[in-house]
Amino acid sequence: MTLSLYVPVASPVHRTPAGLKLGLLAALAVALFLVDGLAVVGGTLAAVLLLGLGAARLPWRSVLAQVRPVWPWLVLLFAFHLVVTDWHTGTVVVLRLLALVAAAAVVTATTRVTELVAVVEWLARPLTVFGVRPARIGLVIAMTLRFVPLVAERAQRIRDAQAARGAERFRFRSLVPLLVQVLRLADTLGEALDARGADAPVPVRRGRAGASTS
Amino acid sequence: MRWGRRSADVAAAADLPRTAIELRDVAHDYGERAVLRDLTLSLAEHRVGVVGANGSGKSTFARLLNGLVVPTAGTVRVDGLDTRTQLREVRRRVGFVFQDPDAQIVHPTVAEDAEFGLTNLGIAPEERARRVDEVLTRYGLAGHRDHPAHLLSGGQKQLLAIAGVLVMEPRRVVFDEPTTLLDLTNTRRIARVIDELEQDVVVVTHHLDLLAGFDRVLVFEDGRVAADGAPAETVRWYVDRMS
Repeated sequence: MTLSLYVPVASPVHRTPAGLKLGLLAALAVALFLVDGLAVVGGTLAAVLLLGLGAARLPWRSVLAQVRPVWPWLVLLFAFHLVVTDWHTGTVVVLRLLALVAAAAVVTATTRVTELVAVVEWLARPLTVFGVRPARIGLVIAMTLRFVPLVAERAQRIRDAQAARGAERFRFRSLVPLLVQVLRLADTLGEALDARGADAPVPVRRGRAGASTS
Repeated sequence: MRWGRRSADVAAAADLPRTAIELRDVAHDYGERAVLRDLTLSLAEHRVGVVGANGSGKSTFARLLNGLVVPTAGTVRVDGLDTRTQLREVRRRVGFVFQDPDAQIVHPTVAEDAEFGLTNLGIAPEERARRVDEVLTRYGLAGHRDHPAHLLSGGQKQLLAIAGVLVMEPRRVVFDEPTTLLDLTNTRRIARVIDELEQDVVVVTHHLDLLAGFDRVLVFEDGRVAADGAPAETVRWYVDRMS
C-alpha cells in the first residue's frame, strides 16, 4: 500500500506549477457541475484522459489504479439514477465524477508531494495572524502520506502474528498492540523530527518546493 | 572477522574539524529510575564505540550527545556548546541515526525525505538539490529518488536515514544500533558506510565486529561506564563479563 502516487516522467504537465494544476482542477470541478450535456461531460473525460495518457505520458495502469476504487460507487450511483431519474442523467453524473477522479489522478501523478504541500502552505499563510505555522500544516500532510502505509503494514504484521497462532479473524483487542506500536513510533518520530531540525523556526518558503528533486 | 573496510582516509578525516564532547557529573532519571549516573568523560576520538547489555543506559547516553535527552543533573557540552541552552547549534554539529529507519523517514518519497533536514536549516533550493543529488548518488539511491520510501528494503531505508542526516553535514554522527534490524549483507553495507565516513562517529551497537579499528570503546553497565579503552581490551572484557 502506498499513498505516494507521483509518477516520475518528464512531461509538460509534470513541469506545470502545482498551484496552477490545483487551481485548474478546482475550476474544472465547479465547471463540470454547471453543465449537464452528455457530449460536454463525455468530451471533458476524453480530454482529461488524453492529457494524462498523452501529454503527461502516464502509464494507463497508474490512472486506472486511482479510478478503480470508485467503480462500485459509480455503478451504485448509476443504478440509483436508473430508478429515480433516467439513464441520461445517470450517465452524465457518472461521467462527470469519472472525469473529476481522472483529473485528480493526473494532478497527483504529475505533482510531487512537496509541491502540493507548498501550495497548501501558501494557502495557509494568512492563518499566520492567528499563530498557525503553515510549514507545520505541510509537514502533517506529508507525514500522513508517509505513515498511513506504515501503520497499515504494522497492522498487517499483527494480523499475521495472530493468524500464526490460530486466530482466524482480526479481533478488536488487536488494536491494543497496534496502538502501543504506533505510540512508540510516534515517540521516536518526535525525537527524529527534533534531530533533523524540525523544531527550528522554519524559514519563509523557499522558492518552488520540490524543484530540487527534479 | 571485520565487517567494514577500514578507511584509508584517516589522514583526510583528520583534516576535518574534530568535535569534542564533554560530559561532567552527568546523571539522568526517568521518573524514579536512574538510567545514568556519575558520568564524567570527554570524547574527542574519531570513532567511539558504545556497548552494553539492554537497559544499561547506552541509548540514553547516545541521546545526550545531541540534546535529544537533556541530563537531569550535570552538563553535556559539544565544542563548548551546552546541550541545555544551545540546543540548535549542538544539533547542527551532531547528527543522529536511529535504530528503526521507519521512525526517521518522514516524507513519502526518497528525495523529498533526504531534503527535509536541509529545508529545516533554511538552505537555498539550488544547494539543497546539489546536496541531495550527491548524497543519493553516494549511497546508491539516485535511481530511487521518486520511489515511495515505504517500499525500500530495510538496508535501503537505513541508507536513506543515514543520507538524511549526512546531507545536513554534521561534524559528528551518533548511530544508535544502526544494524540491529538488518540482515548480514545490509549490516556489512552499513558498517562500510560508517567506516568510510570522514565525520567523527559514536556507534552504539550489539555487533561487536563493527567496532574493530575504532579508536575507543565504552562499556556501559547499570548506567555507568564500566570499561573504557581500546577496542581489543574493552570488547574482550565485555565478552568475558557477559559469559
